[in-house]
Amino acid sequence: MSMKIVLALLIGGAFGFALDRAGATNPNLIIHMLRLSRLHLAKVILLAIGVAQVLLFAGLLAGIVDPAHVHIKTANWGVILGGILLGAGFAISGYCPGTSVTAAATGRKDALFFIGGGLLGAFAYMLSYGWVKSTGVLAKIAGGKATIFPIAGTKYPALITAIPGEWAGIAMGLGFIVLAFVLPDCLRCRVRKPAEAAE
Amino acid sequence: MTLSWKWGGLLLGLVFFAAVLLVKPIGVSTQFVILDGILWDAVNPQIVVEDPAAKHGYASPNPYLNKGGGKYAKNVANPLNYSFVFVIAMMVGAAVSAFLRGGVGRRERTMPEIWRANFGDAPWKRYLAAFAAGFVVIFGARLAGGCTSGHMMSGMMQMAFSGFLFTIAAFVTAIPVAIWLYPAEEV
Repeated sequence: MSMKIVLALLIGGAFGFALDRAGATNPNLIIHMLRLSRLHLAKVILLAIGVAQVLLFAGLLAGIVDPAHVHIKTANWGVILGGILLGAGFAISGYCPGTSVTAAATGRKDALFFIGGGLLGAFAYMLSYGWVKSTGVLAKIAGGKATIFPIAGTKYPALITAIPGEWAGIAMGLGFIVLAFVLPDCLRCRVRKPAEAAE
Repeated sequence: MTLSWKWGGLLLGLVFFAAVLLVKPIGVSTQFVILDGILWDAVNPQIVVEDPAAKHGYASPNPYLNKGGGKYAKNVANPLNYSFVFVIAMMVGAAVSAFLRGGVGRRERTMPEIWRANFGDAPWKRYLAAFAAGFVVIFGARLAGGCTSGHMMSGMMQMAFSGFLFTIAAFVTAIPVAIWLYPAEEV
């Protein structure tokens, strides 16, 4: 077994464990986050991004992280349209791709149906990819694989080049952490009681 | 027991960092395509073929599997690759965690309580909605080129412009849909 496969097992296993422990495999918590009634997972997400971002950019600065491991995805209209579609399905089901497979593994049956629909949706995209591409929605915008601030040692273009990306990344990461702390536990706290909604 | 947001967020953040430090950023939704490709190739072996002329050594008559010099085609032909094994390992990790915390209750296994409070107890309704949502979510994720893992978490931590675009689009849609769809709260 190659080293890469061992790492896949270790990091993938840790990710699945962490998702479940953080409550992300629970569609109830996802739907409550999206209807702004329990922001537990929003705080988890913000803190996780912040912690990962500070460590990543401090690691790049210290030369511990190989810049070749940074991988930026292309910006195009498909990102926005796809994000809208994903957002709608995310709200309906309380699942996203990663949490659906982990939720199924914890014994949730509705997650299996989500995965079934997902496999069909992926297949539909495989069949329609040629057409999607021909519409032009996959054409790059803002330079394609752009970062907000430049990351040394990578060839990705940056939208704002005035500030070195490593320090900006650390600052942005700290910002996400602060946001996680200042976000309240709920924004719409019990706006309607079940009895009222049933009327 | 579910961890507090502080411990949960810290744990997840460390995992996302470890992934970039040791290999590459985490992503999940591509593996739905790879599994489809594996199934499709099992039914029709012509779907992925070896092609020494392709950048990754494999080709497919399907333009999506063939894209980027047969990168996906190669992973379909070799399921024991990093990203596919990663998702299998995620499932093992989540199953172990759930087992250690005593498992998911019988009632919760069919649907979340907030669904029950708004749409009633019939499992088929929830299963149908989950199936349709799965279709839309993965179609959308492939159109976007990533999902909540690859675009939102991995993208934003790397300051990717695309990650911010995706996250804004997804949440600006998801929040009103969830508020509209789930007016009632469980007791």
